[in-house]
Amino acid sequence: MLSYIIRRLLVAIPTILLLIIACFFLMHFAPGGPFTSERPPPPAVLANLEARYGLDQPLWKQLWDYVTNIVLHFDFGPSFKFKDRDVNDIIAQGFPISLTYGFLSFLAASSVGIVLGCVAAIRHNTWIDYFTVSLGIAAQALPNFIMGPILILTFTLWLGLLPGGGWNGGQWQYLVMPVIALSTSYMGSISRITRSSMLEVLNSNFIRTARAKGLPARTIIWRHALKPTMMPVMSYLGPVFVYVLTGSVFVDIYFSTGGLGQAFVGSALSRDYSVLLGVTILYGVLTVVVNLLTDLAYAWLDPKIRY
Amino acid sequence: MQKKTRLFVAGLLSSTFITGTAFAGGTHPTTGEPLADDQTFIYRVLDEHTSVDPQVVEDVSGSEIVRDLFEGLMNQDADGNLVPGVATGYTANEDNTVYTFTLRDNAKWSNGDPVTASDFVFAWQRAASPELASAYQWYIELMSIENASAVIAGDKPLDALGVKALDDLTFEVTLSAPLPYFPQMTTHSTTFPAPQKVVEMHGDAWIKPENIVSNGAYVLTEHLPQERSTRERNTMYWDNDATIIDKVVALVINDENVALTRYMAGELDRTEMPAGQFPRMSKEHPEEAISFPRLCSYYYTFNLSDSGPEEFKDVRVRKALALTVDRKIITENVMAGGQTEAFSFAPVATAGFEPPEAKMASMSQAERDAMAVELLAEAGFGKDNPLKFNMMYNTSEGHKKIAVAMSQMWKQKLGVEVELSNQEWKVFLETRGNQDFELARGAWCGDYNEASTFLDLMDSESGYNDGKFESARVDELLASAKTSGDTTPLYTEVEQIIANEVPIIPIYHYAGVYMMDSDVGNWPVNNVQQNWYSKDLYKIAE
Repeated sequence: MLSYIIRRLLVAIPTILLLIIACFFLMHFAPGGPFTSERPPPPAVLANLEARYGLDQPLWKQLWDYVTNIVLHFDFGPSFKFKDRDVNDIIAQGFPISLTYGFLSFLAASSVGIVLGCVAAIRHNTWIDYFTVSLGIAAQALPNFIMGPILILTFTLWLGLLPGGGWNGGQWQYLVMPVIALSTSYMGSISRITRSSMLEVLNSNFIRTARAKGLPARTIIWRHALKPTMMPVMSYLGPVFVYVLTGSVFVDIYFSTGGLGQAFVGSALSRDYSVLLGVTILYGVLTVVVNLLTDLAYAWLDPKIRY
Repeated sequence: MQKKTRLFVAGLLSSTFITGTAFAGGTHPTTGEPLADDQTFIYRVLDEHTSVDPQVVEDVSGSEIVRDLFEGLMNQDADGNLVPGVATGYTANEDNTVYTFTLRDNAKWSNGDPVTASDFVFAWQRAASPELASAYQWYIELMSIENASAVIAGDKPLDALGVKALDDLTFEVTLSAPLPYFPQMTTHSTTFPAPQKVVEMHGDAWIKPENIVSNGAYVLTEHLPQERSTRERNTMYWDNDATIIDKVVALVINDENVALTRYMAGELDRTEMPAGQFPRMSKEHPEEAISFPRLCSYYYTFNLSDSGPEEFKDVRVRKALALTVDRKIITENVMAGGQTEAFSFAPVATAGFEPPEAKMASMSQAERDAMAVELLAEAGFGKDNPLKFNMMYNTSEGHKKIAVAMSQMWKQKLGVEVELSNQEWKVFLETRGNQDFELARGAWCGDYNEASTFLDLMDSESGYNDGKFESARVDELLASAKTSGDTTPLYTEVEQIIANEVPIIPIYHYAGVYMMDSDVGNWPVNNVQQNWYSKDLYKIAE
């Protein structure tokens, strides 16, 4: 197991390097640059700007400097747009925010989604089943960019219960709407995947055997059905986990949370090369780590899988 | 040397106030209105500001904060007129090439140090410094300060820049070209002073709330990037006794509809009106929906360079297209926020500018359309041989609506076939800058309140002249406007040439369209540049 983990982590290094190289060149090939503006600076000013940020160097040199700075100093460079902040600052400020509301959304989506899915499968073809299925479809059909404005309209303008946005250090009032907005559609998907997976498991031979030997339904569900049910759910949860943790641009835009999602999209639009690369690397590392964790979870869930 | 002296009665304003800072809960010293207990002004900004370093800041929301944190030589009043800032007044030599500013002796930094002429020398040299590499170095060049170009290019040392501290309270600027409107340019944030000691101690981090030292009416007390920034009263500010607003909060809200909802929920005192909402909001909340002219123009530019289409080389074609755009439909039905129809490039609201008597403006739309049909037929285009071209704008719902409306007008009235295309902002700028277009959208806001901030774009040498319009007469007129005492007729003639040659199609002049809480007093709606200062505002008790 340990050697498997080490092997996976070693493979991760060239993966991340490839990611950096691909992202770096794609970024530079996109038309326009960080200093392209409606008021293009005069040539002398542009030359100063490029010299300050090292953009006057050949591309391979820029890439080399970038990577060595990360490896030697853990320095992801300055932001080209926010002149007094560097990429480390931006990630240090935005990532904890994304992490907080993302993790809570993940917890909400997975716990509620799995419970709903299980209940629906156990009470197959009853009103409970129909109700949870329609709830799931409705939740899935309401993406967060629809949920956001509806929530603000309801809770802020009509009911006056919650502040319309902001973060305020993550006080609960500021967390409620982002978490609901971000989690509902995942919740819907998770409940549907859980339901169909559970139905399949409940119809399998080993469950029939368990029933035949007279085990109580509770034990059958908890001890025998739940774990195999989680296999397909798990493969869906992995990517969802990365996605919600890295922040959602919609949540950041609608609730002014100040998370990393907005910084990521904003940096692509303003060609803030270093921020874009920095956040991409963070996302890459997270994906690699979460994929590893998901694979380890498979081994725990399914005794047939051994590393 | 004969000197033109313009001194301002600096004491007049401050002497009307009796010492005492607590206005909250009292009455306004001049208008007598009852003042609210809580003097906090909260407003929405679209995006996180790029910086609050006066020499570095590039964006509008950053400049608004910088104008509160720092004070330059001159300020603007609610009508956009020049009033004293750190300088009590200035003198210019006869040909407007040497300006001498006298600084007030009671101006202080927020750490108690006096504001001196050398703070301005340091700041202006800093703005030109190749090492700092501010994107606003061009502004120092635009101000025509002696040796600016050479200093920026790194050919001359910083101290070669034409700025000098004659003594602690006398700041002298030498220009390479006479600029009659130079003092107006000192209201721009690039020219605000910077505290040398603090900048040198903290480097780029000097503007973080824990380090910053500023000389304006407010100090930065909190900055949560992408969320909000807060500025509070600077007790060291020389005119602090007359300041009423205690605290100003800028909330970053990217989505304008969410911002409007939060405004309606009472979280904000001011927000921008989403396009198309003004008619409804002004009916439902007449006291809060406001619209006023801005110093910005929306236009389309023809590509007149060699890479441009042959058809556009014919002035009759350009004129026909310009005539058929029904600006009334665009301003009243598409924008519907109090924007005004544009028949000149510089907005009519620009100081010292009189638009020429454009024949087009006085005609009815039907007459314009008839004339356009004739012109286009003369140029050899008609139903059998329709004019075809591509029209490009940067991706946005608002621009799309206008482009669709314009192309429909042309199709219906002239049978012109227009292909619409849109590009993401930075791609669009690159494409337009490389003359890789036929007809492209453009917009320009004045950097200072003088027509040259617009008309200089029509100079054949201008880096912003994306359509590559060339007219020797326009170049000549613009050059002489730089030194002339009476620029109005010169600018009028430039606009006349633009009206005749039609290198661009002006569509509309912008309006500032806000929802503004009716308890906000003294918002400068007459300041077309919207240079507002929180120290001049107040909150009325409800």
